[in-house]
Amino acid sequence: MSVIPGVVAINTFREAVRDRVLYNLIFFALMMIGAAILVGQISIGIERMVIINLGLSAISIFGIIMAIFIGVGLVYKEMEKRTLYSLLSKPIRRWEFLVGKFAGLLLTLVVNTALMTLGLGAALYCVSRKFERADATILVAVYFILLELALVTALALFFSCFTSPMLSTLYTLGIYVAGVFAPGIQGISQFTSNWVLAVVTRFIYYLLPNFHNFGVIAAAAHGDAVPLVLIWHNTVYAALYVLLILVASAAVFSGRNLK
Amino acid sequence: MSKRSQNKSHIRAVLLALVAVPTLFAVCAALQMRIDADTLAMNQDKEELLLRSGPLLKKLSLGYESLLADIYWTRVVQYYGVRAHKPGATYEQLWPLLDITTTLDPNLMIAYRFGAVFLSEQPPGGPGRADLAVQLVQRGIAENPDEWRLYQDLGFLYSIHLKDYKKASEAYLEGSKNPNAQIWMKVMAARVAETGNELETSRLIWTGVYSSTKDEQVRRTALQHIHSLDATLGLKRLNESSEDYWRKFGRFPTSMQELRDAGLVGGTLQDPAGYPYVMGPNGVPQLDPKSPIQLESEQGSGKLR
Amino acid sequence: MANPAIEIERLTKDYPVGFWRKKMRRSLDHLSLQVEEGESFGFLGPNGAGKTTTMKLLMGLIFPTSGTARVRGRSINDVRMHREIGYMPEQPYFYDYLTARELLAYFARFFGFNAAERNERVARFLSLVGLAAAADVQLRKFSKGMLQRVGIAQAILHDPQVIFLDEPMSGLDPVGRREVRDIILDLKKQGRTIFFSTHILSDAEMLCDRVAVLLDGKLRGVGSPGEIVSMEVQGMEILFEVGKEQTLPANIAARAKNIGNRYRIEVAEQELYPVLEQLRGCEGRILSVAPLRPSLEDYFFNLVGRQKSQVPAAEVGVR
Repeated sequence: MSVIPGVVAINTFREAVRDRVLYNLIFFALMMIGAAILVGQISIGIERMVIINLGLSAISIFGIIMAIFIGVGLVYKEMEKRTLYSLLSKPIRRWEFLVGKFAGLLLTLVVNTALMTLGLGAALYCVSRKFERADATILVAVYFILLELALVTALALFFSCFTSPMLSTLYTLGIYVAGVFAPGIQGISQFTSNWVLAVVTRFIYYLLPNFHNFGVIAAAAHGDAVPLVLIWHNTVYAALYVLLILVASAAVFSGRNLK
Repeated sequence: MSKRSQNKSHIRAVLLALVAVPTLFAVCAALQMRIDADTLAMNQDKEELLLRSGPLLKKLSLGYESLLADIYWTRVVQYYGVRAHKPGATYEQLWPLLDITTTLDPNLMIAYRFGAVFLSEQPPGGPGRADLAVQLVQRGIAENPDEWRLYQDLGFLYSIHLKDYKKASEAYLEGSKNPNAQIWMKVMAARVAETGNELETSRLIWTGVYSSTKDEQVRRTALQHIHSLDATLGLKRLNESSEDYWRKFGRFPTSMQELRDAGLVGGTLQDPAGYPYVMGPNGVPQLDPKSPIQLESEQGSGKLR
Repeated sequence: MANPAIEIERLTKDYPVGFWRKKMRRSLDHLSLQVEEGESFGFLGPNGAGKTTTMKLLMGLIFPTSGTARVRGRSINDVRMHREIGYMPEQPYFYDYLTARELLAYFARFFGFNAAERNERVARFLSLVGLAAAADVQLRKFSKGMLQRVGIAQAILHDPQVIFLDEPMSGLDPVGRREVRDIILDLKKQGRTIFFSTHILSDAEMLCDRVAVLLDGKLRGVGSPGEIVSMEVQGMEILFEVGKEQTLPANIAARAKNIGNRYRIEVAEQELYPVLEQLRGCEGRILSVAPLRPSLEDYFFNLVGRQKSQVPAAEVGVR
């Protein structure tokens, strides 16, 4: 397997790390977790639950913001700034470039999420002075958040290949929101009597990336275990969907004439 | 595309995409079905409402209450639909969701009507909480005094589920005072007061529910009840014929054919689902075991035997 | 017979223009060209002629409408071709959050050097282009000239056999230009093939074995600089001075132009010595004697002028 994507990935990671805007986002996220502790004091008896709920939600929201914010510029910026001119003259295939950019941003997100999870763990420890076995679900929830982020990143990357950051943001956000409400779409399909609408919404339901699958924050707050088979299925789902998007991105990008 | 692409790697990538993308979509769809099944089996009611307070949510919605109400309404539909009639389903969050929805948008009529029908449904079709349903509808009436249909729902709740025929009649009467109300409301007021506990009355009420809404789920449920009542009525009549037979021949009929031959029944002897009625032991008519119709567990006057 | 280093065959590029993107503008029209190994080849033309388009096509940044090209026997579609080439884009655009050293090290990674070799090369080429002192400064702080040098360094640090330079001298001060010229001559001495585009004709005349002239997407001429312009000497030019009291001979006075007591006259080759005699007679001081040859510049302006004169008079004013 070629090492080129890895080279691009490390460089993408480096770029993200040197982007000062990122630090503001992380700071806000950590503040959210701090706020969670405060709110937890108000809700007696369920401090843990509130901290976990708010903390995981903050990690998820900020992760998504970062994924979109950086993701929509991944390819677009390089095309606009013409940094691709010198890069593509090297022995690198276009798809290797795409995979590298994706992996680099994902790496950035993993590192950031890990840091924020540590913050969450610290907040939790502050409040309850011990960790329970059930807290393992929190890690599962974080893992699912990472799966979510991988999907969002791939989507942003795809749009970045052919449209401006603003439109990419709209499209990616739109698909994300639709994916979160996927069960609602399935609901329409099941309960409408208009068979055309039923078929169409069913099709859309299976087409959209189903972000609702990854919503286990509530379970983590309750300390409910997530079955292993579900973890496995969701991992495969996310991986295949990401692959699908990357293949489509490669198809688009490899024919693109740079200005 | 106006020009042929000379770019080999682009052609290859497009071909790969044309093959791989639909395939991957298909695999993902299959996976999604598995995941859906797993999630349902796993834990039905961990649908957690983080914020339970309707008024608080209203404040937080920063002027977007009706949008938020719509979102919660879709959650209601989905929540119910996912669980409807599945064995072992619980509906703990149905009332809170409806409560929040109607607090955010007190004029969302469809929520009141939905709640009236489904909050009161006995398990496994609903939580069986007619009392909460009444509470909901009364809030609806308070916020929408002009909506006479809500009185219809109130009447429905009192007569069908709570068996308080006096209150039911009062509700129908109150609703009939609205100049837009159908004449039918007055009729029902009288009818319920006199014969509230009869099957035919219940059937009328359910028919009223069925024809007053376009909501698919409500119609489906109403139709189920109507069929169930029809089947019960049909069986009741057959039972009377069976007793006539006993009076005439000194023994119970052993099949529907015997009743027919004796001239005691005629026409098609089928339940509303199209399955023929069968004769059970001791001349007690029964539904065909394959029939999907569920008889109401407690219903109407007249013991069968 | 050895393969040419660069073979371009009927390379054509159309761009869709207009609001509905229906009309096509042909920016390169069936260019065919061959460059031999070890040649230093100049690609000339005014702005918009299609020089950068050609480069971008060869680099795989854009794709041809029709036609093919090969570098060192490998099609331009083949990614392996890029191992043997270096490219310096017209405007240097690099990752401005990296330092010069980091950028070169990054690019070096694409060629499979081990860490030690990478570091050695990076250091060597940084000092070659005179950036050793600024090696650890972020590129966003670099001047255009410095970026130009980075551009050259990243183009050659992997010792490519064929080097493509798009306007390598632009943005450089005279010292910088001389340094770049020296680098190019050095590369040439190492036997590498150099393909560079420029609109500075004197550079082309000095550095190139052969040149090609491109105008409006079409190839107008290929050959050594001398072949393109006529070798004919068109006469001689004499610059001279005469003292104030001196009078010039009538034939000279008629044809000479002057500022103060400095004169310039053009004479036919056979008239040279007689005129010099005449000047010696009036104690004129000879400042310079030089042959008049049309330069690449003249050829160029002729070509462009001819093209422009084909434009209807009414449109000429609209600019």
